[in-house]
Amino acid sequence: MMKNRRSLFERIAGAPYVAWSAMFIIAPLLFVLYFAFTDRNGSFTFENILSLTSYSQTFVMSLAFSLIATTVCLLIGYPLAYCMSKTSERVRGILMVLLMLPMWISLLIRTYSLMALLDNGGLVSTLLVKLGFEKLTFIGTDGAVILGMIYDFLPYMVLPIYTSLTKLDKRYIEASADLGCNPLQTLIKVMLPLTMPGIISGVTMVFVPSISTFYISQKLGGGSFDLIGDTIERQFQNAVTYHTGAAISLVMMILILISLAIMNKFSDNDEEIIV
Amino acid sequence: MKFLSRFYIFIIFAILYAPIFVVILFSFNASGDLSSFSGFTLHWYSELFRDGQALIALKNSLIIAVTSSLFATIMGTFAAFSIAHSKNKYYQKTMKAVSNIPMMNPDIVTGVSMMLLFVGVASILGFKNSLGIWTMIIAHTTFNLPYVILSVLPKFKQMDKNLIEAALDLGCTPVQTFFKIEVPCILPGILSGLMMSFTLSLDDFVISHFVSHPDIQTLPLYIYNQTAHNVKFSMYALCTLIIVTIFLLLVAVNLMGSKKKKVPQTKKLTGGVSR
Amino acid sequence: MKKKLIELRNVCKSFDDEPVLSNIDLFITDKEFVTLLGPSGCGKTTTLRIIGGFETPDSGEVIFDGQSIADVPPYKRNVNTVFQKYALFPHLNVYENIAFGLRISKVKEDEIRRRVKEMLELVNLRGFERRNVTMLSGGQQQRVAIARALINHPKVLLLDEPLGALDLKLRKDMQNELKNIQHKTGITFIYVTHDQEEALSMSDTVVVMADGKIQQIGTPTDIYNEPINAFVADFIGESNIIDGVMLEDYKVKFAGQVFKCLDKGFDKNEPIDVVVRPEDVDVVKPEDGMLTGVVTSVTFKGVHYEIIVDIKGFKWMIQSTDYVAPEATIGLFIEPDAIHIMKKSEYSNMFGDYSTFSDEMDHLSDIVEEDE
Repeated sequence: MMKNRRSLFERIAGAPYVAWSAMFIIAPLLFVLYFAFTDRNGSFTFENILSLTSYSQTFVMSLAFSLIATTVCLLIGYPLAYCMSKTSERVRGILMVLLMLPMWISLLIRTYSLMALLDNGGLVSTLLVKLGFEKLTFIGTDGAVILGMIYDFLPYMVLPIYTSLTKLDKRYIEASADLGCNPLQTLIKVMLPLTMPGIISGVTMVFVPSISTFYISQKLGGGSFDLIGDTIERQFQNAVTYHTGAAISLVMMILILISLAIMNKFSDNDEEIIV
Repeated sequence: MKFLSRFYIFIIFAILYAPIFVVILFSFNASGDLSSFSGFTLHWYSELFRDGQALIALKNSLIIAVTSSLFATIMGTFAAFSIAHSKNKYYQKTMKAVSNIPMMNPDIVTGVSMMLLFVGVASILGFKNSLGIWTMIIAHTTFNLPYVILSVLPKFKQMDKNLIEAALDLGCTPVQTFFKIEVPCILPGILSGLMMSFTLSLDDFVISHFVSHPDIQTLPLYIYNQTAHNVKFSMYALCTLIIVTIFLLLVAVNLMGSKKKKVPQTKKLTGGVSR
Repeated sequence: MKKKLIELRNVCKSFDDEPVLSNIDLFITDKEFVTLLGPSGCGKTTTLRIIGGFETPDSGEVIFDGQSIADVPPYKRNVNTVFQKYALFPHLNVYENIAFGLRISKVKEDEIRRRVKEMLELVNLRGFERRNVTMLSGGQQQRVAIARALINHPKVLLLDEPLGALDLKLRKDMQNELKNIQHKTGITFIYVTHDQEEALSMSDTVVVMADGKIQQIGTPTDIYNEPINAFVADFIGESNIIDGVMLEDYKVKFAGQVFKCLDKGFDKNEPIDVVVRPEDVDVVKPEDGMLTGVVTSVTFKGVHYEIIVDIKGFKWMIQSTDYVAPEATIGLFIEPDAIHIMKKSEYSNMFGDYSTFSDEMDHLSDIVEEDE
């Protein structure tokens, strides 16, 4: 189409964004690189990166926590999305609003709400004691932190899977049944592959915030927890440790980008955001 | 089977909402105790409003959300226009990849990287205080931009190219075509981008946590700081107000959306009469 | 002679190194109804888009009213377009769609009102002002699109397969109406279609295109009666195209027989293509025929029978109102004026006889074209 004529307006239209992303997307990442590879005097060093070996346990624990949370979210979320997609149009509309409301509420508030429920001396423990159980402590346990991740990020798993399930042409399922698949075979051989883009974007949307969170572990871990997020956050309380913080951030970012790249190999869709 | 599926949906949503209801309930609890509800009070609400800080935080939150979402929407719409109209595949790919960075990166990395940018640039320029309301607006605009582009770009691509040619044919310059034809046609995308960035900005805690000056608090930051050490029931009141506001907003948006969809149908019914 | 309004001189255009138009030379006179006719991919739409200003030719000149406009953007051209799928602005109602061009050129409100009313009357849509354009039927949308383009009083109206999306009955009505509108307004129409019937019935001049080249320009009768090569003969109507040799002026030999004809000016013994239209062949008794053959199939078509006759291995199509039995031997009689001689071209021998002919094939190729 009109090669020469529109391009001027087009280029001017894109220019502010190009400048903005150079200044505030690319440049900040370069600053992370710079801080990660320099010491306090500004001279080049590998010290920060090498010192990360002492954090290896933190990395392993964060990875384990977020993988568990992601897996549980998938195991709860897929059936939920499936059941939701089976309901009538009207019910679906209501369920959609109910599913999206938590996504619109700040994660901080939701984490804080969960804390109110699980707090020592909170509603759940009081109830359990009344029912004759021993007094249990939730806050500060591994379980509480993982539960927090699951609770906070479950809607982000359900929504993309639900969307890909509703987009799924019902005739594929009928065809598969027609060709002799039982429901389980249909699920494994037809539905899972066809909803894979939804699963992958759900997994991404749970895994990335889980592995990098710090306030979930702060609130529900009772301050005794050190995940990668907490470690990074602590380094930035004090200008002295900015360099170590940058190095940890850099490594985490690279790890996440690698895992995203691997996952995206499985699907090459242009995902659209749904409000 | 149907009952099981309904039951499953009910259980998961009950768990999802239980903490939120607890917060709402206990924001009216007279005893100031999490273990049981002992009587209705508005005490915590009046305490919240007597505390001027909450209102200042609200004002900051609104200023930042309004400016950053407007900036992001305007810049993002022009950027999406330029990406959609570009013939240069390389430009399109680069732009999309760049706008993916803040979405794919964990919030903590985005926050840290922007903080390092602001701190680094300030030290180069010799400023003492690098963080303030402007750094927050910049950071919020940056993380909002990809969401605007993601909701506007598909609309530009779905638009019938003939409409643009028809406008040019009828005497519109490319700039007139953009404002008179393209913007009205993709308005739903622009509005949903605006809504999304406004909410994301209001909700954001992690990125604000890193790029804010201690004196400038947004609502999430205020809640975070107030609840760092102990339970405060006035915060439950604040969370309740936020949750209710978001709920009303979401319902309003959904009603608007479904109303729009219904209009053509009713018109169709009366459409054939006047000939 | 009438004034040349638009002239294309030696226009070439390619997309991704794929030539779409090569050396197009064409002029269009004032108040003319010109149709660009050809199969999909022949370059007809690109030619129209070059005139409209939506494409820039790689080389060559576009002259409008004596001035070169190759670099003038569409919004500065005194030309308006009716788009294939109408391209009505969905956010504006019928009135605002039609008024759009006038609003852009800042015409006064009361004049806009007057002219929109006039246009609505011209296209028979009185009372539709406040309607939502997305709720209109295809035919009504079509009318709005025409009104929207005509209200700017363009010198030329470009129509890109405007009736392609309408059903057959509505198509016929709209053909008449378009023709009337053109008469009433006296505006030059340039019309793109792949439907040869539409082209023949509406146009003053038909431009037949294939493979990015103009094959023939002429009046509908010229194009039908005197096709210039095998492509045009095959594309317009049904025709039997037979290899022949021009023995001398007015004397041609084909199918093993010598025939009298009305054509001259060929070299002695020059190989040529002979066109005989199926309706111009008379069926006679075998002993009275200039040619004899065996009927291989007979199809009833309503007005006539379509008879396929095998003459020395070459399948002819003949249209006759009299029934003949399959397997029968019949004679064929061809008047001299039924024979049309064409020079050999790159399209010779590409269009064989009717041995593989079937209606279904015709429909298939139609569908492919509509997908364009």
